[in-house]
Amino acid sequence: MVLIRDLVIQGAQMLLVLLLAPLFTGFVRKVKARLLRRQGPPLIQPYRELARLMRKEVVLAESASWLFRVIPYLIFAATWVAASLVPTFRTGLLFSWSADLIAIIALIGSGRFFLALAGMDVGTSFGGIGSSREVMIASLAEPAMIMIVFTLALIAGSTQLSTIAAFMTSSAVGLRVSLGLALIALVMVAIAENGRIPIDNPATHLELTMVHEAMVLEYSGRHLALIELSTWLKLILYVSLIGCLFAPWGIESAAAALPTLAVGIAAYVGKLAVGGFLLAVFETSIAKMRVFRVPEFLGAALMLGLLATLLRFVSESF
Amino acid sequence: MHGLDFDVAHLLAGSLVLVSFLELYQDRLYALLNVYAAHALVLAASVAWQAFIQDAPHLYVTATIALVFKAIVIPVALHRMIVRLGIHREIDKVVGVGPAMLAGMGLVALSMVVMLRVTQEADPLAREDLAFALAVVLLGLLMMVTRRNAVSQVVGFMSLENGLVLAATGAKGMPLVVEISVAFSILIAFIVIGIFLFRIRERFDTVDVQALDRFRGERR
Amino acid sequence: MTLTIVLVCAVVLLTLGPLAVALGRTNAATRLVYGASMVVSAVSLAAATVYLVGAPAPESITLPVGVPWIGAHLRIDALSAFFLLVVDLGAMSASLFALGYGQHETAPERVLPFYPAFLAGMTLVVLADDAFTYLLSWEFMSLTSWALVMSHHRVPDNVRAGYVYLVMASFGTLALLLAFGLLAGPDGLYTFSQMRAAHPSAALGALVLILALVGAGSKAGLVPLHVWLPLAHPAAPSHVSGLMSGVMTKVAVYGFVRIVFDLVGEPDWWWSIVVLALAGVTTVVGVLYALMQHDLKRLLAYHTVENIGIIFIGLGLALAFKTHGMNFAAALAFTAALLHVFNHSLFKSLLFFGAGAVLAATGERDMEHLGGLIHRMPQTAFVFLIGCVAISALPPLNGFVSEWLTFQAILLSPQLPAWGLKLLVPAVGALLALSAALAAACFVKAYGVTFLGRPRTRAAEAAAETDPYSLAAMMLLAALCLLAGILPGLFIDALAPVSNALIGAHMPAQGGSQWLSIVPIAASRSSYDGVLVFLFMIISGTLAASAIHRLASNRLRRAPAWDCGYPDSSPATQYSATSFAQPIRRVFGTVVFRAREHVAMPPPGDTRPARLLVELHDLIWDAIYAPLVVGIGFAADRLNRLQFLTIRQFLTLVFCTLVVLLLVLAVWS
Repeated sequence: MVLIRDLVIQGAQMLLVLLLAPLFTGFVRKVKARLLRRQGPPLIQPYRELARLMRKEVVLAESASWLFRVIPYLIFAATWVAASLVPTFRTGLLFSWSADLIAIIALIGSGRFFLALAGMDVGTSFGGIGSSREVMIASLAEPAMIMIVFTLALIAGSTQLSTIAAFMTSSAVGLRVSLGLALIALVMVAIAENGRIPIDNPATHLELTMVHEAMVLEYSGRHLALIELSTWLKLILYVSLIGCLFAPWGIESAAAALPTLAVGIAAYVGKLAVGGFLLAVFETSIAKMRVFRVPEFLGAALMLGLLATLLRFVSESF
Repeated sequence: MHGLDFDVAHLLAGSLVLVSFLELYQDRLYALLNVYAAHALVLAASVAWQAFIQDAPHLYVTATIALVFKAIVIPVALHRMIVRLGIHREIDKVVGVGPAMLAGMGLVALSMVVMLRVTQEADPLAREDLAFALAVVLLGLLMMVTRRNAVSQVVGFMSLENGLVLAATGAKGMPLVVEISVAFSILIAFIVIGIFLFRIRERFDTVDVQALDRFRGERR
Repeated sequence: MTLTIVLVCAVVLLTLGPLAVALGRTNAATRLVYGASMVVSAVSLAAATVYLVGAPAPESITLPVGVPWIGAHLRIDALSAFFLLVVDLGAMSASLFALGYGQHETAPERVLPFYPAFLAGMTLVVLADDAFTYLLSWEFMSLTSWALVMSHHRVPDNVRAGYVYLVMASFGTLALLLAFGLLAGPDGLYTFSQMRAAHPSAALGALVLILALVGAGSKAGLVPLHVWLPLAHPAAPSHVSGLMSGVMTKVAVYGFVRIVFDLVGEPDWWWSIVVLALAGVTTVVGVLYALMQHDLKRLLAYHTVENIGIIFIGLGLALAFKTHGMNFAAALAFTAALLHVFNHSLFKSLLFFGAGAVLAATGERDMEHLGGLIHRMPQTAFVFLIGCVAISALPPLNGFVSEWLTFQAILLSPQLPAWGLKLLVPAVGALLALSAALAAACFVKAYGVTFLGRPRTRAAEAAAETDPYSLAAMMLLAALCLLAGILPGLFIDALAPVSNALIGAHMPAQGGSQWLSIVPIAASRSSYDGVLVFLFMIISGTLAASAIHRLASNRLRRAPAWDCGYPDSSPATQYSATSFAQPIRRVFGTVVFRAREHVAMPPPGDTRPARLLVELHDLIWDAIYAPLVVGIGFAADRLNRLQFLTIRQFLTLVFCTLVVLLLVLAVWS
């Protein structure tokens, strides 16, 4: 009985993030448009985009290999598994102990690895631009993320995401300096990893400003649909991560009663709304950075993460 | 662990260190002034919180002085000075952002080690605040050392003084008269530096320290 | 019993050398030597595995060869058995690979005699139980590998590589000689069991640590003693490169572990600081150098330097924990380091074999002349991809597991009381994370430029798939990578007797964990389940594929690449290795390599192409080795005057020496 309930909750979590991901992106686009005094596309436009892409035929470059066709499925698999393990409305998910926060980050990293390979596969210069810039950004964003994980693990005493989330909801956590630094660093890394302004412009049509778009330039049809869905899943993963770590109100452990489920889901949707709104405001109010300012930005995030870890090493009360 | 007082005090002191790092990151003068205003704001908040938990009303005066003078008056005055002198708005750096950040990290680590070892028997809140304060002082010095622009050196000097104020309030029992005299001496120093900047600018048409060295006859 | 089997295998390998000389250049010689090496290594591997997973009790034997009053002591215990396993697995796969690759060898009489001798040398180093046998086997291993490096001696780069290798290897052996001399003491206690019983003072122990770091570290590839590695490893034939990078460096790690964890006794608190600092620098510097390379084998060799850094980070952490009595954490760090030893030997050999296959098929080592090989060598491309994913520490393969365990060990370090460690360990953690991300970048570059895209030269267009033996060897290693990633608990349990012997504790038994996960410390703290992650990925991929199959259109059309409307048929417009590394070169390289780019732009109207010149300085060579070479040259020139003295001056020299020695004798007694 308990096993069935846990399985249902885990399955519900997986489906929820998958279904909400396009809606979240649509919400962010709508808010951005409204802030720029435009009407903006309807909220369900991303679902329509996916449907349209699925209907179209795939136009494959002559020099593309079998790897090019398999990579969208690999990326989707890695991102969906990672997104399923981040607690959204419940902690203590059935399979949460199979991959801790470091493994989740590495899963996202493997998605990025294959995407960069896809950029190199067709043998055009635009793919190369995207891949080389993406790995440069990743070479700084990933260590910053690991430092944030260290800080959280040193505070909560575990790298398991469920344990950290449960610790954050309890009263044992105070307002720690290192948590503040980790939050700022996590927001910076999340912006970089998802290719939002100021790192990359997700709506650009200028090839020389592209990072993510340049890597997927040659994809079309159902492959492109999968890759777009994976990108949206990654965004909702990061927002859920920030929500469950730093705004854990409403998340109960898996053993709690059923009414708290409704509260949890409502709280989660509320957090997504707030996060999406803040993201849209941030993107509208800042300009995209030159490519070689990005290492300074991410270097600052790495330093913040390192400072937070250092403070925890030095004293328990930080 | 020690309750909300401890944590909020730590949070504010840590934010001061964070804003010092942010000052190191800036490369435009107006943005630097805004960050310095934020620095003074966080200092005012920190001092006010210390006044609250130590039950020392004279520290509220210190907080008000910090807020009025350092967060409002001085940045506005510096802003006016930049406009009148027509100083170049981009900050020339001796070392890039990356190495400066790394050096800043090293300085924070150093101040942690020194302060936490030297003050083994003291009250934990005061110890850790002192460690943060020393870090702010060292970061202010780093800013003065790695910037070529005279205005940014002034800002570094001011943030150094902010660190000293943080140390003094954290150590419990800094009398008001000391704070007033310190504040006034800083103000005098500031006015003197301002006057000198005007004179130098009149004579040499620049306030770039490297160019000034050439005029002193010291070739590098 | 196990020891006898392994020794007999080593002796058989030694006899294969002269046999190869006798058979000369015949085709049968290649097949016979490699085939026999493969079988013998397999037997030895089986014996070592059976020994390790059973309850390993040390066995020793003393042979009446060598120095008269000492003989040759040989011993097998848990540590030797593990490293023997690594050596034999590498040897077996290299021999299998060479059965096919050896057919392309142009000078087999220069390779075949030394190959089995190299294998025998490595085996004997791991089995040695006294200083003389150890040093003799170590030198034998170095000399045979030097001979293999010099096998293509008409290539001028190889001559320089061999020279540098010989000098560095001799220097390393000298350091080890001094270390063993210090451990033996004035009474001449040369056997390891005697050294274990003696307890050296703190100063002596410190000196031995430094000498062991220099001696074993130079063979393993610690910065700044790594300079021979990227020259020598690529120069040798590819199966030997794989052995040198994947196995010989691990034998050096064995030497370090044996001396510092076993023979020298109780470590001092600051030893771990030195090891960790060196290891952290090695990790980042190695991978940055690798990113700047466009020679495929040199890239892999520099990458070995990075992985040796990761292993030494684990060993340094184990030392730190052991010094402060935290044996359980020390066991975790030690197991992480040894697991990485095993994993690295697997995927580095795999990658070098892949590079050898590419070299045999196209004749090119330079990535800038390759490309599009995934269409022409599909199976090689597939196993090389597995190697790249494994070395980039991505789940569900094995590189991720050892890196994850190292991170868990780092997270236990705040309990260490020493201040130096409190500041150093988070910095080392950041360096480790940085090098992991850079390694992934490096292998996107290596795989993307070599196998993906379009062929850049005729040679790349004309490539054909490799022979079945090479493929079999690579597939075996790829399968082991996957196995070690999915079922790491098996390997951790196999390592338990090793850490028990050297640290006094071992990680909790992983066999009983639910769903085959690994739990390094406690279930509430952290766990990782390779099987489940792998299954989940397969399930979600399959779900996605079936959903797409059902819901989406399945039409597909081939067309020229979109390329934003500017399709260019020339493959020269695609990204090369140098251009791929440009952003990282600009971010990190301007400081670490003084990298500068110069563009020579012709004036408008001129139809000549613009030229881009990339300038990279090897700062370690310029700062340490170049002045050393100049200094030695200077000293040699000065001392050369001793050749041209008159007879009277020579006699004066002899007379002065005699007088000085007599004075010393008079004063001392």
